[in-house]
Amino acid sequence: MVGRAKPQGVDVIEKPVRALDERSHTAPLALRALRYVFPDHWSFLLGEVALYAFIVLVATGTYLALFFDPSTAPVVYHGSYGPLDGAHMSQAYRSAIHLSFDVKAGLLMRQTHHWAADVFVAAIALHLMRIVFTGAFRKPRELTYYIGLTILGLALLEGYIGYSMVDDLLSGMGLAIGYGVALSIPLIGANVAALIWGGPFPGAPAFWSRMYVAHVFMLPLVIAALIGIHLFLVSSLHHTQFRGRGATEKRLRGVPAFPGQAPRSLGLMFAVFAALFLLGGLVQINPIWLWGPYHVADGTNGAQPDWYLGWLIGALRLMPGFDITVAGRTLVPNPFWGGILFPTFVFGLLFLWPSLERLISGDRRTHNLLDRPRDAPWRTAFATAVLTWLFVIFVAGSADRAYVLLGWSYQTQIEVYRVLIFVLPVAAFWLARRICVELLRNEDVVRDREDAETEARAAAQLD
Amino acid sequence: MSIFQRLAGLLIWLFLRRRGPAPRRTERPDARARIVPDGQPAPRAELAVVALLCLAALSAIAFVVVYAVDSIPDQTQYLGLALGGSFAFLAAALIVTGRHLVVTEHVEREYGEPHPHAARQVAQVVEESGGRMRRGRLLAMGAGAAATALLVAVVTPIASLGPVLDVERFTRTPWRRGRRLVDDAGRPIAAADVRSSEFITAYPEHADREQMGAPVVLVRLDPATLHLPQGRAGWAPGGILAYSKICTHAGCAIALYRSPLFRPTDGKPGLVCPCHYSTFDPATGGTVVYGPAGRPLPQLPLSIDRRGHLRAAGNFSGPVGPSWWGVRNRKAST
Repeated sequence: MVGRAKPQGVDVIEKPVRALDERSHTAPLALRALRYVFPDHWSFLLGEVALYAFIVLVATGTYLALFFDPSTAPVVYHGSYGPLDGAHMSQAYRSAIHLSFDVKAGLLMRQTHHWAADVFVAAIALHLMRIVFTGAFRKPRELTYYIGLTILGLALLEGYIGYSMVDDLLSGMGLAIGYGVALSIPLIGANVAALIWGGPFPGAPAFWSRMYVAHVFMLPLVIAALIGIHLFLVSSLHHTQFRGRGATEKRLRGVPAFPGQAPRSLGLMFAVFAALFLLGGLVQINPIWLWGPYHVADGTNGAQPDWYLGWLIGALRLMPGFDITVAGRTLVPNPFWGGILFPTFVFGLLFLWPSLERLISGDRRTHNLLDRPRDAPWRTAFATAVLTWLFVIFVAGSADRAYVLLGWSYQTQIEVYRVLIFVLPVAAFWLARRICVELLRNEDVVRDREDAETEARAAAQLD
Repeated sequence: MSIFQRLAGLLIWLFLRRRGPAPRRTERPDARARIVPDGQPAPRAELAVVALLCLAALSAIAFVVVYAVDSIPDQTQYLGLALGGSFAFLAAALIVTGRHLVVTEHVEREYGEPHPHAARQVAQVVEESGGRMRRGRLLAMGAGAAATALLVAVVTPIASLGPVLDVERFTRTPWRRGRRLVDDAGRPIAAADVRSSEFITAYPEHADREQMGAPVVLVRLDPATLHLPQGRAGWAPGGILAYSKICTHAGCAIALYRSPLFRPTDGKPGLVCPCHYSTFDPATGGTVVYGPAGRPLPQLPLSIDRRGHLRAAGNFSGPVGPSWWGVRNRKAST
């Protein structure tokens, strides 16, 4: 090379930064963002996994929307999937079959979208457990916590609508259950169902437009906005942190966003992308062509919803069969217990958790330092009990599969689960509390011994 | 507190207070310096705002009433009036509040300055972050290669929207030799039915009408006035001409026939597109005589069968519809 010397490295970076700052006055903001502190612990990455799954959901969902046609128009299938040739189905289902078989990369996108939905909810659920078990929901982060819970609730609804609007057999069975649950709301159930479905099941053609606009526009928009507020609150209050290594309530110790955290977070992002596209390409999920189209008269044994609705199926199946009637009028139809009251109670409990804990413990202080689960034995024990309760109900939802796979009588299983939902949470409560207490006691012992050893060494040196 | 609760509170306060002005609030004992300057009370403006807010509320209630009561005629108009009225009263309330009720003040503040120091620090952080890297160029090239290739990869599936490369379908029409011309109702069109100064839309029999290659316009001219291009001898039996009904400019339907029966007239009939007024001369093979179209209208050769019905004698003289890169070196295909 002839002539000019190479420009200094700093100039190459500084010139555009300065040019941008002169036009936006954001250099101080950028500096703060670059040096934003992340606590150095893996459990803080669970929420990030959810965020990255959401990005995949938006990207693959946009792609699917370019081909999916949410129409109830009746058609006869004559496409490239032979076994369904001549089947009567809705245009919605046909377009989903078409995009699975005849659109290049279509099935990859559909399966990745479905996997991403399952991972999205799973990551949120694990993130929520981390928040509850470490007391991260305490003041000043209650708002962040409530917004996170709202995102979880909306994600469940979004996922349910997503697999409902495909109009395969499982979609229809799920929608029928949703319809039954809507009808079961005391006093206003029939009117709520009429409002949403536009008439009796399977509803007006406009119901498909409603599911579609909710699934691809309204709910994603609200979820994205809530994620934005959630992250804004996280960053404006800064992360919580675990005790030790110089961490105090006043000072956050960790890795700066740049350069320390950036490759970790970006690496995690691409790892999530990798996992989801690998799953989408290699592991079949929701093979809608096998289920066939839905007609009101059709059903199949062994139908299971996506995992995140398993707890609701379990609750519907565990509930003993009775409606509450008053003077010949039906006050509470049965699906209300498992389909409405149960999730309302669970979400209500989660929303009230910070207030309840404040009420019981009387602790109104600001907390930036996290508890380890053992540091708060009562909270840990109670959360474990709730989780155990939910898990038993969740498992009860697949009792029919257990019958098919293991030959256990369905009725017996249900009887057993009806006992276990009361017994296991109590046992889990006792066990979790015991473990916490013992762990703390052990720490005392260890500390005492170390103190004694230090003392002994000091004494030995003096001699 | 909702606006209605505030409103109710205001009304109760207005009702309960003694006549005469309310006692001025006394100065706060700690006498902090004010942030917003003091101002004169404006009781009339306050009352006006309250009245406007009440009207906004009433108008909103009226919307619900009109919505609920089916026997009210002209629902659309009343609904619009009620909702628009409510917003208008709310707007008026806020305008009166802004002009007469809130303390008006003018404050000053500095424009921000650029932050060369912070910019230098940002650059410094970026620069020093690579302190352990000895092969910066190589890393950058690797990152560039990965980023570029990945970007191309994630954009590639967009090609599934097409078939991107299959453009031959753009030349396809349902016309072929022997296919009868039918009218709106699907009846075959007799040559005798096409009278001069008339303009008939015809379709191919037993074919999809909703494709651009389907509709044609039929007109009859004096055979002596025809100057069709070479090679189109016999395309217009008895002076009956058929042209694609789709304008070669932007694809609108040629919905107008300017026959020379009314003034102003240049003595020549014209097929006119109502979108941008491209005008085609049916006597000379559909050549453009006016407007933005860049190509003549494709002509459909006609024949008359033994029963006197019109039939296509082949496909169009060229591809139908707006111009694209291959439109002139391709024939209309079936």
